[in-house]
Amino acid sequence: MKSLEELAAIRKRMLEQVNMRKDDKIDTRVVVGMCTCGIAAGARPVMLEFISELKRRGLENVTVAQTGCIGMCRLEPIVDVYVKGQEKVTYVHMTPEKVARIVNDHIVNGRPVEEYTIGYQG
Amino acid sequence: MMRELSDNILDIAQNSIAARATLIKITVSVSHAANRISLCFEDNGCGMSPEMVQTVAEPFTTSRKTRKVGLGLPFLKQTALMTGGTFDLSSSLGVGTTVCASFGLDHIDRPPLGDVASAFYTLILLNPAVDFLFVYLYDEKRFEFDTRIVRQTIEPLRLDEPEISDWIRENLNQEISLLHGGSFS
Ligand SMILES: Nc1ncnc2c1ncn2[C@@H]1O[C@H](COP(=O)(O)OP(=O)(O)OP(=O)(O)O)[C@@H](O)[C@H]1O
Ligand code: FES
Ligand SMILES: [Mg+2]
Repeated sequence: MKSLEELAAIRKRMLEQVNMRKDDKIDTRVVVGMCTCGIAAGARPVMLEFISELKRRGLENVTVAQTGCIGMCRLEPIVDVYVKGQEKVTYVHMTPEKVARIVNDHIVNGRPVEEYTIGYQG
Repeated sequence: MMRELSDNILDIAQNSIAARATLIKITVSVSHAANRISLCFEDNGCGMSPEMVQTVAEPFTTSRKTRKVGLGLPFLKQTALMTGGTFDLSSSLGVGTTVCASFGLDHIDRPPLGDVASAFYTLILLNPAVDFLFVYLYDEKRFEFDTRIVRQTIEPLRLDEPEISDWIRENLNQEISLLHGGSFS
């Protein structure tokens, strides 16, 4: 590990910022299934694409988390999106290509992408 | 089966996380001289009983088809043995678990190592409360990444703060590609 000074500088800068991320700002959770078959089906690139897309759009109110087995192997990779005050939406057979649309239509504009959901594809 | 060994890294570490480990050490080593790649996982999680250790890596034994059987360890073991490698599991209840697998470097069936930096990054990002010690040995070169040191340096910030996780990602990417001195799969 090098450049710990750089890290310390980042820390200093962040602590000086007033608008540090607060957990109560979070109103949307993206949860990726990370059991063996999820990973084998490509959960990691999907998860990484959510991280980059959310960063690209500056959406600090969204967190990405993992969960273990949901028991629906043949539908993996599976992603659940929880928007505060709305019902959970489950997306199946996820790919990195589907991520931008889910972020735009669902997370930003509140319209779940029906054709990617479990109800549509399951 | 996993497409790349870095997916096995992600997956086997999930077992340690499920076992409530607070510190997980992962060692990846590539040796051209020994014609070996090896992956070692050591955790301080809940551990397994001796009976469990005996049976857990046996691939797809017929008896339990209706109930879910674990795939992670059998995948790893099968991939290791298929490429002329080895598989070792030891565990002690209340103490922790060690899993080591090696693979024949030039074996035709060996999956590519894949993006190890991204596997490490993913583990840290998704488990910011767990500590990881990553050791990457590439022939005689060595790279070590210890989240305990990062944590100390940034305290009271979290490892999954965007700026911090960006730094972690870049650091892992840079150091690992330096180690390879080019591409390696
Ligand atoms: N590091 C560990 N510490 C404690 N128990 C473990 C550990 N690794 C594996 N186990 C036990 O062995 C079982 C089988 O592990 P395995 O990875 O093969 O399958 P799994 O995790 O149950 O399911 P999956 O197919 O999602 O991996 C686990 O459910 C757990 O009980
Ligand atoms: S084993 Fe978890 S969804 Fe298949
Ligand atoms: Mg597992």
